[in-house]
This record gives sequence, C-alpha cells and structure tokens, in this order.
Amino acid sequence: MSRYLGRGTVLRFALVRLAATALLLLAVSFVVFALLHLTPGDPARNLLGPRPSSPEILASIRAQYHLDDPFLSQYFHWLGGVLHGDFGTSIRSDTAVTTLLADRVVLTAQLAAYAFVLTVLVAVPVGIFAASRAGSAVDRTVSVGAIIGVGAPSYAVGLLLLYVFGVNLDIFPVYGSGDGFFDRMWHLSLPAITLALGIGALVFKLTRTAVLGELDQDYVSFAVSRGLSPQQVRSMVLRNAMIPVVTTLGLVFGFLFGGTILVEITFALQGIGALLASSVTFKDIPVVQAITLLTAAVIALTALAVDLFYFAADPRVRKRAAA
Amino acid sequence: MKRPPLTPVLCAIPLAVVAACVVASQWLVPDAADPDILLGVVPAGTPGHRFGTDLLGRDVLEMSIAGARSAVVGPIFIALGSMLIGLLLGSLAGYLGGWVDLTLSKYADLLLALPTTLIALVVAGLIDGGYWVTVLVLVVLFSPTDIRLIRGSVLAQSSRPYIESARVLGLSKARIMFRHVLPNVMPVALATMLLNVAFALVAMSSLSFLGLGVGPGEPDWGRQLSDGRDLLGRNSAAVIVPGLLIIVTAAAINLLGDWLQERFEQRARQR
Repeated sequence: MSRYLGRGTVLRFALVRLAATALLLLAVSFVVFALLHLTPGDPARNLLGPRPSSPEILASIRAQYHLDDPFLSQYFHWLGGVLHGDFGTSIRSDTAVTTLLADRVVLTAQLAAYAFVLTVLVAVPVGIFAASRAGSAVDRTVSVGAIIGVGAPSYAVGLLLLYVFGVNLDIFPVYGSGDGFFDRMWHLSLPAITLALGIGALVFKLTRTAVLGELDQDYVSFAVSRGLSPQQVRSMVLRNAMIPVVTTLGLVFGFLFGGTILVEITFALQGIGALLASSVTFKDIPVVQAITLLTAAVIALTALAVDLFYFAADPRVRKRAAA
Repeated sequence: MKRPPLTPVLCAIPLAVVAACVVASQWLVPDAADPDILLGVVPAGTPGHRFGTDLLGRDVLEMSIAGARSAVVGPIFIALGSMLIGLLLGSLAGYLGGWVDLTLSKYADLLLALPTTLIALVVAGLIDGGYWVTVLVLVVLFSPTDIRLIRGSVLAQSSRPYIESARVLGLSKARIMFRHVLPNVMPVALATMLLNVAFALVAMSSLSFLGLGVGPGEPDWGRQLSDGRDLLGRNSAAVIVPGLLIIVTAAAINLLGDWLQERFEQRARQR
C-alpha cells in the first residue's frame, strides 16, 4: 500500500480507529460498572449475596468496594482493578472472577471457533454458487431457507436437532462436553451446527448479495466483451466481493462469542454464556460485569481488526482516508 | 409474470391461526395453565391429550394455544415502539444533520456494540422487571437500527429534486418533513417493522427460555421449551409443538416482510 500513500496515513488511520475503540470500551465499562447501582437494593447487600449479614460484614464490604466514595471515584477504583485483570470476587462461589472465567472460556472459544469454521466452509461457497445461478430453483430454495434460518431462534432449532439426532437417531451425545480433543469436537458438533445455521444463513445472504452486486458492475461486461476467460472474470469478481464478505465474517466472529448463551443452555454446556445466564439469575454482579465487558472487548477488537483489514484491502477506502 | 403471489398467501395462513389464538385463547382454552399434578407427564397420543402433557400435567396443545399471546403481543409493541423512536430521532438526525446527527449516531453505535440478547438478559435480569419492563428494554435495544434506517432514507429523499423544489418554494422545514419526506419513507418503515416483529419474537422468547419476562407457570412458548428440555425422552411433543410454532411464526413474518421489502424496492426502481 506504500505505493499509494505514505506510511503516515496508514498509521494515522490505525491510531484514530484504536482511539475510537478505546473510547467505546470506556463508555461500555462505565455502563457495566453502573449495573451494580442499577440493580435494585443496597449495593453492599447485593454484593454480600445470601451470606449471613451483620453490620460489621456490611461495613467491610463497603470498605472493600469503596461504596462510601463518590460514584466516579468508585468507578475509577473498579476500572483500575479491571485493567490489572482483577474483576473482584464471585458472590456465588467466593472465588476470583478471573479464575472462574479461565475455567470456562476454553469451551466457549472452541464452540465459537467450530461454528465459525462450519459457517465459512458452507455458507460462503453456497452463497457464491447461488449468486452465479441467480433466479434458478436452487437459488430460490436456498434463499428461502436462509430467510427462515436467520429468523429461527437457536434454542428452538437446537432442541429439535437434539431430539432428532440425539434422542431419536442417537447419533450425537445429548449431555456433557467430552474429554480429549476428538471427543470434545464430537460433543460440540450439534451445538456448533445449531449456532452455524443461524449465522450461516446471514453470511449466505450477504455473500450472495455481494457477488450479485459485483456481477452487475460494468467492469464485468467489459472483461467478458474483451474476451477474458470465465476463470479470469470469476477471480476478479470474487476478489472484489470478498471484501464485504470478510468484513461480515469478522463481525460474525465477535457476535458468535456473545451468542453462545442460548446454545450453551440448550445443550447444557458449562461455558461463559451459561455462566452469564446463571450469574444474572443469582445476581452475581461481579461475574456479570466481567463477562459483559470482556464480550464487548472481543467484539470491539474484532471490529477494529476488520476495519484495518478493510483499509488494507480496499484502495478506495485508503484514498478516502488520505483525502 | 402475472401469477398470484404465493408467498404472502402461504405466510398469511399460519399467521391467521396464531392471530386467532392470540385473540380467542381465553375462551378457547380458559384453564390451559391449571396444573394436574396427579396426571403428570403423559406421552403424545394419550386420549384427551393429543400432544401429551408437560411435567405439571398441563395439556401441551392448550398451553401452546394460550402461549401465543405473550409470544406475539410484546414483539408487536417492541416493533411499534422502536420504529416510533426511529422515525422521530432518525428523521431529526437525517434532516438536521450536524451535532444532532453525530450524537444520535454515536448512541446507535454504542448500543450496536453488543449482542441484543446479551444486553437484554443482563439489564432485564438484574432489574427483575417482568414482561413489560423486558418489552421496554428491547424497544431501547431495537431502536438504533431503526434510527439508522430512517436517517438513511430521509437523507436519500432530501437530495431528490422534488424536495429541492419544495425548499425553493419556501415551504417550512416541518412541512417538508411531515408532508413530503416522511410519507415516502413509510413503505421502508412498514416492511422493517414487520421484520422487527419477527426479530422481537425471537428475542422475547429467547429471554423467556432463559427464565425472564414471563412468570413461572404462565403459558409461553419459550418457557415451554425450557421446561420441556428434560422431557425430550418422555414426551417430546412438549418441545416439538412450541418449538415448531416459534420457528413457523418467525419464518412466516420474515418471509412476508422480505416479500414486502422487495415489492417496495421494485416500485421505487420503476419510478
């Protein structure tokens, strides 16, 4: 890209986007911290949970969480801890939130990655295929299927799959998350397929639209009339169409991370999403704060990476940034 | 190309059935939610219980008919409320531009930064507010996409020649906005609203699947699924009937909304 622009422009764009991401996360962290005070009831009592209460214990909790300080100073105390990787102590299990999350994050990451790989391997090729045969019976059938897939709630689809493949046909396991890599993948197959169906339908629609949009462009007609081979034209179209597709895939990956709640509950998997749901029910506020903030961070950072990729891949965007 | 439109007809049939359940469930199945603990779980096909019963001995079919109301009414309000906010703030942002536009766009960015289910779960769950608080939370979470959509459509309309000439004629900003721009934005708004009903239906039932929004024991499709999860081996109909109802209803609304959107786009292109 240095052919077009100086290194300064690239650096400036990256820095501006980085600053915007940091600001967004700061705003999210503020809202997340405010959850403690948004929850009905006395924050100290909420942080104590069902443990036996006495004036001394409540006073020690108030001191530990700086609850008698002004709101902003409490926030900065909390944020300081967060930046050092300290999210406080879980009310329910009395262990450090970080330890609790570390135990579960692997399963959720594996599930999200598995579903992501399935989506990329199936939805993108099918989208390209449907666009190249736009209007055909195959295209229309898959498109209607995608509209249904985008709208179907993952837990309902998951339970139906569980019934058909787990209970009825007895192909996939119904409970547990398996030991060792292959057994784990085997146990995660149905949940990952469930996740991938909804997300994949979305990716399929966007891929199809992107390829169709490129096929409509004048350069394609020119290339064909100049006698370029179909393979050459196809590679041009695909390269251009892949820019929006990769953008979407990046955003999808972030959302997959936050979208595993329902699937984890449906398949009784002990991941981050299930932990969030049970922590909300239990009002385990430190855990809820940590998971919400970390999910936001993952999503914001993938969005940042996508933007940087977009900047690197599309000369039009670079030109606009330079102007 | 003059064949009867198949999609809307096919979609209207299940939607009419669901609508009938919403309106008439209190007369059709007045005591659907009354438990019969002595009976307990019976499988589908038992005489008097075509689809069997759930853990508390409640008829699955009656529960599903009664559950249509909480599944559909909230989402309609969510779509209406969020589109109202979208029309109000989106047209303000699109038409006024400047700092109003910037502030509203940043607000939309902030809300779009997280998955809707996650924020709704956290906020509605911590507040503990019940059905209508959940509806309100979802209105707020759905509004940024509507604000963006209306802002974009208003911007697209504002640069058209007819608006230009209205301005030259000296019409007031408010008059141009309400008499000329908004009527042309309405078709898009309507189609989007329909699609939002489907998304809200999924979001609302997902929350009740997680135990939020409707009280325990109340008839609701999402709650039926979470209660029925452990019954898969004993009476699978307790999961299959409400599960298919949610999927079919959401699909019918989605297909109808998609069809409408395409029609409007075609008409806009023909102009």
